[in-house]
Parts: sequence; structure tokens; C-alpha cells
Amino acid sequence: MRALSVAGRAYILCALIAAVCCALPALRPGAGTPWRAAALLAALYTACEVLGRRPFLVSAVRVGSGSFFPVLLAAVLLLPPSAAALVAVPGALAGHVERRPRAVRRVWRAAQLALAAWCAAHVRALLDGGAALGGGAAAPDFPYVLLPAGAAVLAFCLVLTALDGGILATAERLPARTAWRGLLLRSVAPHCVQGLAGLMTAVLWRSPYGPLAALFVLLPMYISCWVFAQYHRERAAHQATIRALVQAVDIKDKYTRGHSERVGRASVMIAREIGMEEDRVEVLRFAGILHDVGKLGVPTRLLRKDGPLTPEERRVIELHPEYGHEMVRGIGFLGEARAAILHHHERLDGSGYPYGLAGGQIPEFARVVAVADAFDAMTSTRSYRRARPVGTALRELDRCAGTQFDPRMVRALARALTRQGWHPRVTSDEQADPRGNVPPPRGGDEPPAPARGGEAGSPLAAARPNDPGRPG
Amino acid sequence: MSGRGPAYALGGVYGAAAVLTLYALGDTLWYGVTEPGIALAFGVLITLGELSRWGVRTGPCALPAEREPAPLGAAGALAYALLGQIAGQPTTHGVLQVVAVVVAAALAGAVPHIAAGHGPALDHVVRRVLTVAFAAVCFQPLYNSGLWGERVGHGPYHALFLALLLVLTALCDAVLAAAMARARTGYPYGPLLRDELRALLGIGSAVCATGAVMALGVAVAGLWALPVFCVPLLLTQLSFRRYAAVRTTYRQTITSLARATEIAGYTPQGHARRVALLSRAVGRELGLSEPDLTVLEYAALMHDIGQLSLLDPVQGGATASLPPAEQRRIALLGGAVVRQTGVPAEVAVVVERQADPYREQPLSARIVRAVNAYDDLSGESGGGLGGPLSALEQLRLGTGHDYQPEVVESLARVLARGGLTPSPPG
Repeated sequence: MRALSVAGRAYILCALIAAVCCALPALRPGAGTPWRAAALLAALYTACEVLGRRPFLVSAVRVGSGSFFPVLLAAVLLLPPSAAALVAVPGALAGHVERRPRAVRRVWRAAQLALAAWCAAHVRALLDGGAALGGGAAAPDFPYVLLPAGAAVLAFCLVLTALDGGILATAERLPARTAWRGLLLRSVAPHCVQGLAGLMTAVLWRSPYGPLAALFVLLPMYISCWVFAQYHRERAAHQATIRALVQAVDIKDKYTRGHSERVGRASVMIAREIGMEEDRVEVLRFAGILHDVGKLGVPTRLLRKDGPLTPEERRVIELHPEYGHEMVRGIGFLGEARAAILHHHERLDGSGYPYGLAGGQIPEFARVVAVADAFDAMTSTRSYRRARPVGTALRELDRCAGTQFDPRMVRALARALTRQGWHPRVTSDEQADPRGNVPPPRGGDEPPAPARGGEAGSPLAAARPNDPGRPG
Repeated sequence: MSGRGPAYALGGVYGAAAVLTLYALGDTLWYGVTEPGIALAFGVLITLGELSRWGVRTGPCALPAEREPAPLGAAGALAYALLGQIAGQPTTHGVLQVVAVVVAAALAGAVPHIAAGHGPALDHVVRRVLTVAFAAVCFQPLYNSGLWGERVGHGPYHALFLALLLVLTALCDAVLAAAMARARTGYPYGPLLRDELRALLGIGSAVCATGAVMALGVAVAGLWALPVFCVPLLLTQLSFRRYAAVRTTYRQTITSLARATEIAGYTPQGHARRVALLSRAVGRELGLSEPDLTVLEYAALMHDIGQLSLLDPVQGGATASLPPAEQRRIALLGGAVVRQTGVPAEVAVVVERQADPYREQPLSARIVRAVNAYDDLSGESGGGLGGPLSALEQLRLGTGHDYQPEVVESLARVLARGGLTPSPPG
């Protein structure tokens, strides 16, 4: 963690002083602060935040912090401004903080929440929201009460985002416009839902049924946060499984280690360049990463064979797109990526495999992955030849554009590369585990093989780009 | 083993629900609906809740969250059953009207599902009717006679007793659901009940809490409370859905990884899937809980993954006929691959230890070992003489050292019942 900038420190200090000024009037004698309600709400908020730090029940899933605005918003609706500001403090100080420096972040969070609660409570008081909540024998004034509650939530949300943007601009040195952009839009909807829960809590709190009934409102909120955390955990596990699929290919075909990840990256570069929508780009990334997954179905002996392949062996290796498609057929979210896995060895002139599709018959994703695949194959070192410079590879791609590759994709890759450059690094550096009846690697004493199968159409390797005998 | 008891129980449950429904509908039609506005509002809420029901999946693989496919409908029905006041004025509807409104709304909400060809999910409606009737019978007569007001009052104790009543109702629902699942699937009752109770902690408690909040909210603020108060539950439902979606995707990916060995020709077609289904059934039979069953299923799907590291396929993929040392080595290789996936570490342990003698294995690994051997031996390619009977016989011969006798007997029972229950989609 780098040191906090001076501007950042000053900003936090200002917020802190402002927050103290907001909260102090509650402590004055004769301020008429409803201490019982304030203490109960503060304890409740603290309990929620502390519970969020611990694994919920049995499963070790954290509930994200800041999920308990309903309690704060109920305090905003129920208490005078300075008391509402006080309620936020103990919970914010006790809550879970992900990143360092923790102490500073906690203090900042407490100041921020206190300020937001104070402003929101003022807005509520302006619109006479306290009386509209009812209490004792009086029924709450629905639907009018939705107005002060909505305005208070909006104020809370606005102050929070404004302060957040400020800290991003001063402490993280982001330009002010980028700091604020999107912050508000992203946070309005969740705050509104939490605001409704806060309103319910406040209404029930004031009702004859009392604070206990108000607690019932928090249970569904808490459970949905918990489920959401589990969702994130499961999603991470899913991504690890996809990586495992790729690594399984790497284990079999260790010459191409890291190839899949890099093809994924190059595919994304092309896709961004041709202006593909973001969710399709994500699917395309998976297409690039998984394009060779079918090699799991090719006997390891063939993939590792040094020396020329017999036509029979080549036919077996050329089955890998179909194997891959067969494997991922059942994965619903891959969508278009499945077609890319099946067709990434098709050529524009129809001489590719497995189906010999030509031109526009080849799915767009497959055309992108084909270019990315060939580019990475040429620019990385293989056992039988050195890596080629990016420029040479691009020239070669350009030469084969129109016959083998889609010229549009080739141009897009060239543009993306001039802008961003190419940083090939192996992201998954894994150990060589002891493998079954795998032969020991036969190092450099073998003559470099002119043709090894199963890899992208590296036209340079054989200097005969359209040699139909070369698989891959 | 399962006998006819569970089937009779199911008949009894259906009969009770049918009689209750007919009586309630008849009574309500005959005497008319009291406070039709309130009844209509709750009816609409329940119908909407049922409309937003998720894909009906009540099989053994259903997530705990999917035990309650229409949380909003359930919460609305419970709230109507526990409604005593509206905006401070006492209500007068009785138990029979509650049942009638809930049935009518549930059936109305089911119409589009039937039209879409999903089937009516009658089990779900029957459970809903009986559970709501239970809550209403406990609350409405006491309340309408004024006894509740005398003893409990309308203050904080009201909320407390409502919560207690809901806990009782939820327990009653869990018992009922487990009994129905037992009758449908023939699995032992204890573990089914345990799973239902565990599900109560998740969506179940959210539904109960929302039911109580709606009843209290309407009592304080009138019908305005209904739309406002169902928002948190909708949020919960949404998060459960996203969770369920990512779980499905995850399962699909693991299945794909498992299929790699089949495509590579190391194992026969469909082997991993068959072993996973059969292992799950045997695990159920032996009383494993839902999380354990998930571990078992993933381990069974990936149990052969170690063969990917072999240079040449084993003949027919039947590891059961390899020498023990070789089997164990493949198992260790598989464990190494599984550890790289995101699955819980228990899965890797099961995969690693699948070839050990059963006394050194965890229960899941014993199941995977026996079921895998059964599938190897009963297939044409497995080197066995074929046929399930001779395969079982060979397993029984191996119970001294390799296979646990109890597991083999459970497997025999599952097979005798017709083997596999319907497969999970995906």
C-alpha cells in the first residue's frame, strides 16, 4: 500500500471534522436525543456489521460489508439528524475492511456514513417524515410517507457517492470525471431497495409491535446478502474449473503452455477493435481460452510426437475441434463460443477442417479465434523453431489474409497491436507433476521436427501456408 | 424395503388436502367472502408470487433453495393466514376463507405454467394448502374469539408469538415435505427431513420472516404495506436465482471436464455420468446430507480424470481390473488435477482415495469405488462376463477387502428399485 497523498489526508480530515460537528449536538445536554432508540439501533447496526465479518453459520462465506444500510436508513427516518449520525459510527468502526490501511479506512467510512445519515435525516425532517411514520395509535400516512423516505434515501445515496468520488480523486489520484462517472447510477437502485427495507423497519419500530417486529425485516435482507456472497464464491470456483480444463490441455501438450490464455487475450483485443458488445467479448474470451480443449481427446503420444506425422496420425489430431465441441456442448453459457471451438481451423477459401466451410459460412467468433491462434503460434517458441517477432508474424498473417484468414480480423489485430503492444507472458506457471506412463521428455537430442500437429496454422513454419497436409 | 407405507402416506396427504379444499371452497361460496377487498389483494399477491415461480425442479438434485419455488406466494399466503388487523381495525375472515383464497390464487397462478407445459406441480399446491391451513387454524379462531387479545395483547408479544407460530408452521411444512419426498423417491426419511430443515435456514426463514412482516405491516399501515414489504423477499429470490444459475453452469462445466476422458477413449461413453447418478442414489440410500451428496457427485464425475495423464488408454477404461498399485497411482494423478479445479478439497480427497481398501476410505470414496467397479464390470467392455447380476456378484466377492458390504447392499437395493431416478438437467 503506497502512502496516502497529502490531499487525501486533508480530505479525510475535513470529512472527519464535519462529521464530528454533525454528531456533537446530540451529546449536548437538553438536546432531547432519544437515547434508548439510538443505542438500540447503533447496537443493531454494529451487530450486523460484526456478523458480516464472521462466517455465517456453518459455511465460511462472508457477507459483504455495507449490506446493512436498512438499519441506518431506519435510523435516518426515526431519529433527529445528529443522533442518526451517531448511530452509524460504532458499526462503521467495527466493520470488515478488505484492504489496508484498515484504521484509516474505518475512520473514513465512519465519517462518510455519519455525514450521509445527517444530511438524509435533515431532508426527512424538512418533508415532515417523522410524523408521517405514525406511532402509537396513529397509523402511518401511506402513501405520503414514501416521499420523505424516498427523498432521504436519495440524499443518503448522493452524499455517499459524492464523498466516494472525492476520495477517489484525492487519495487515488483519479481524474475527477472518471471518479464520479457511473458511481451514482450504479448505486441508486440498490439504495432504493435498502431504503424500502429501512422504511419498513422504521414503520414497524414505531408501531405497537415495537423493535422486535422491525427485526423481522432484516432477516430476508441478510439472507439475500449471504446468498449473494455464496454466488460470488461459486462463480470463482467455476472460473477455477475452466482454468483447470485449460491446464489439463497444457499438461498433455506442454509445448504450448500458456498458449490458450494468450489466444484468449488476443481474441479479446481483436473483438474490442471491431467494436463487439461487451458480453459477447466475454464469451469470445472463453472461446479463445478453450479453443484447443478438444486436444484432451487426442492421445498424448500423438501430441508429443517428435518427427513427422503419418497421414493417419494427422487425421486423428484434426479431430480435436470436433472433440472440443463435443465436450463443451453441454455448457450453456458458452453459446457462440461452442461454434468457434468447432470451426477455428476452417479457412476462408474452404480448405480448412472439420467441415471445409468458406467465407461468411464460418462463424465470426471462429474467424477471430483463428487469427489469434495463428498469431500466438508464430510469436511463441516451439520445440522445433524459435519465436518470430511480432512484425514478421503480422506480415505473414497479412499475406494469408483472404485465403486463410478474414482480412478484417487481421487488420483489427494489427491496429490493436500498434496501439497496445503485445505482452506475452505465461499467466499459469505450473509445476511439472509426475505423470503416469508418460515417457521422460526427450530433450534436445532429437532433430527439430518440421511438422508437429494440432496447432494453429503457423504458415511460416512450413513456409507453405496452404499446405493441406499440415494440420492446424 | 420401501414398502407401501409411504405411498399410503402420500394418498392420505392428498386426500386431506382435497377434502379441506372442497370444504373450504364450498363454505366460502355458500356464505360469501367476508372483506372481499382484502381477500382480493392477498389473492393477487399470491397469484403473482406463483407466476414468478422458477423452473419446477423437485427432483433429488434440487437445491435447498428450490424447495420453495415461489417464496412470494408462500409469504403472502402465510401473511393472510396470520392477519388479524388491517390499519388498526380487526379483520373477520376465518380459516376456511384463508384456505379458499390460497387455493384459488395458487391454481390461478399455475395456469400459465400448465399452458407452458410444465405440469401443475400438485405436490407444491398440496403442501401450500396444508401448511397455510395449519397456521390459520392456530391463529384465526384464537384471534377472532378475542382470546388472543386477552392473553397476548396487540403489543410486542403479538410479534413474538407470531414468530413462534411461524417456526411451528415451518417445522410442520418440513415434516410434510420430507414425507412426500420419501413417498416419491423411496429414500430414507431421516436424511430427507434433515435436508428440509437445513433449507429452512435459507429461503425458509426469509419466507417466514416476510410472512410475519407483511401480516404486521398490513395491520399497521393497511394494504399499502403489501407492495412495499415484498421487495426484500424479491431481492432474496433474485439472489437465489443467480446462485442457482451459476451452480447449474458450474455443474455443466464439471460434467464437460469429466467427459474429456470419454472423448479421449479412456473410458466408455456415459461412464462418468452413470457413476455420478448411481453414486448419488446410493449416497441417498445411505443417508448422506445434501452438501455431502454434492461432493460425492462431483467426485464421481471426475473420478477417472487421472487417466488423462496416461500415455495410452486402459483397456476399455475399466480401472477395476488393473493391479491395485496402478489404480492407486491413477487415483493420485486424478486428485492432482481435481485440486486445480475450484471444487471443495473434499472432492479431491475422494478422488485420490478411491482405490484404497475400503477400511481406509471416507464413505464417499467407498461409494465411488463400488459404483465405479459395478459400472466397469456390468458393461460389455468391462472385462466382466456382463450383466448387472454377475457384476454385483463380483462386488460381493470383493467385500472382504475392496468394497464395503453395506455400500454394496445399498447399491443392490437401488438397482432393484429400478436404478436411477430421473437425471438432473444439465
